Amino acid sequence: MPDLSGMRFAETHEWVKQEGDTATVGISQYAQSQLGDVIYLELPAVGQRLDAGARLGVIESVKAASDLYSPVGGEVSDVNQDLKDHPEYVNQDPYGKGWVIKLRDVKDNPKLLDQKAYDAFVQGQSG
Amino acid sequence: MVVTAERTPLYDEHVRLGAQMTNFGGWVMPLQYSSIREEHRAVREAVGLFDLSHMGELRVKDESLAQRVVTRDLTRLRPGRIQYAMLCNEAGGIIDDVLAYAVADGGYLLVVNAGNQDADFDWIRGQGGGDSVLNVGREWALIGVQGPRAVGLVQRLTTSELGGVKYYAFIEGKVANVPCLISRTGYTGEDGFELFCGPSDAAPLWRTLLDAGRSDGIRPAGLGARDTLRLEAGMRLHGNDIDAGTNPLEAGLDWTLSLDKDFIGRDAIMQARERGLSRNLVGFKMLDRNIPRHGYAVVEHSRPVGTVTSGNVSFTLGYNIGMAFVPPALAEPGTRIGVDVRGTAAPAEVVALPFYKRPHPK
Repeated sequence: MPDLSGMRFAETHEWVKQEGDTATVGISQYAQSQLGDVIYLELPAVGQRLDAGARLGVIESVKAASDLYSPVGGEVSDVNQDLKDHPEYVNQDPYGKGWVIKLRDVKDNPKLLDQKAYDAFVQGQSG
Repeated sequence: MVVTAERTPLYDEHVRLGAQMTNFGGWVMPLQYSSIREEHRAVREAVGLFDLSHMGELRVKDESLAQRVVTRDLTRLRPGRIQYAMLCNEAGGIIDDVLAYAVADGGYLLVVNAGNQDADFDWIRGQGGGDSVLNVGREWALIGVQGPRAVGLVQRLTTSELGGVKYYAFIEGKVANVPCLISRTGYTGEDGFELFCGPSDAAPLWRTLLDAGRSDGIRPAGLGARDTLRLEAGMRLHGNDIDAGTNPLEAGLDWTLSLDKDFIGRDAIMQARERGLSRNLVGFKMLDRNIPRHGYAVVEHSRPVGTVTSGNVSFTLGYNIGMAFVPPALAEPGTRIGVDVRGTAAPAEVVALPFYKRPHPK
């Protein structure tokens, strides 16, 4: 089980974890299970500025194309290049090697949920 | 009005296997069990098991009626043989695509799409069939066994000699002691069988096949894999690629037409042929990593000139593929086209169908 402490979630099912000046963003376990096999991601360029809640890219699974939103604001400092050839990492390890982008100069978003609150939110959605 | 989706006799099996269920054509069906990619691969490399009990079956005993509603000349079809054909309306539009089984006691069994079965039934009855047409879809369960190891697996469970059952032929027999109609057909591009059995026999047969197929690497496969498999095989999906507004000529299905016999829609189809077609259904491959989807525009000089009807990743080929209606001038294999993916014209190339052909066809 990956270390989820300090991880926070958006209601659009992205997670963010801030370490130092850098925030790493990915999609939740629930989101990947709903999407099914991920086959392609369209990701922003390094240097692009994103507001909290802004569309950061597109994730395509066999089933459908879905928008991804940035849970916090910031400037894109890195994108996960491994996903180009291995989009399945998002399914296999959404909190680890399936991370999507990193942001710096982070503007926090107080509306994010901690893991417990997010789990309850998901429960309510699927129940 | 509360519309409840129907369940197949295998519903509990799917739930037990942890399937993600989805509503398809009015039926609750497994979309995937584990991973569409893995289920797809199992069918291409080993064997996959499908619940197809949602499919409709219509018994049309009156041979002349069947001849009138189906586009293909069924009089040439001997008992035990199967043909793919269209059901067309007066305007030549495709109401449904069907498999016609010539059954031993006369007439035909039409296997039709799940979501169309009741409308097809009403349509055929309305053509003068009356009570001689029977809607028997809910009296049959249907299990698909597809993949290079499918024939061997089913053969181990029956005393019937399956080697003699040619592609698009069927026999009656017992599989795992369950009386079945054993049909060498499928919607995956692989060899294999579709087994029609009684609803109460479906779960035991399903379990026996899963058990017996374990050494073959069998996997239950859902509608997700069924869709990516049929797309690679270039098979049209009614409601996606073809519908009542499509005529068989523009859909590239002229080989399903016996224009030398009389059938409903024939005159309109002849006239369409006379006038010349305004569009053609073609296969295409993406030249970049974008994924084409149903409803995306085909563009030329940033103007929409056509529509994608199906599209997805091809797990077998390793690139993305689709089918689209394009103007005849763009229909030749090798033609470069653009697919509008979120506002950008992604490059694609028209290719011949099917995308995938199994290595050793029977």
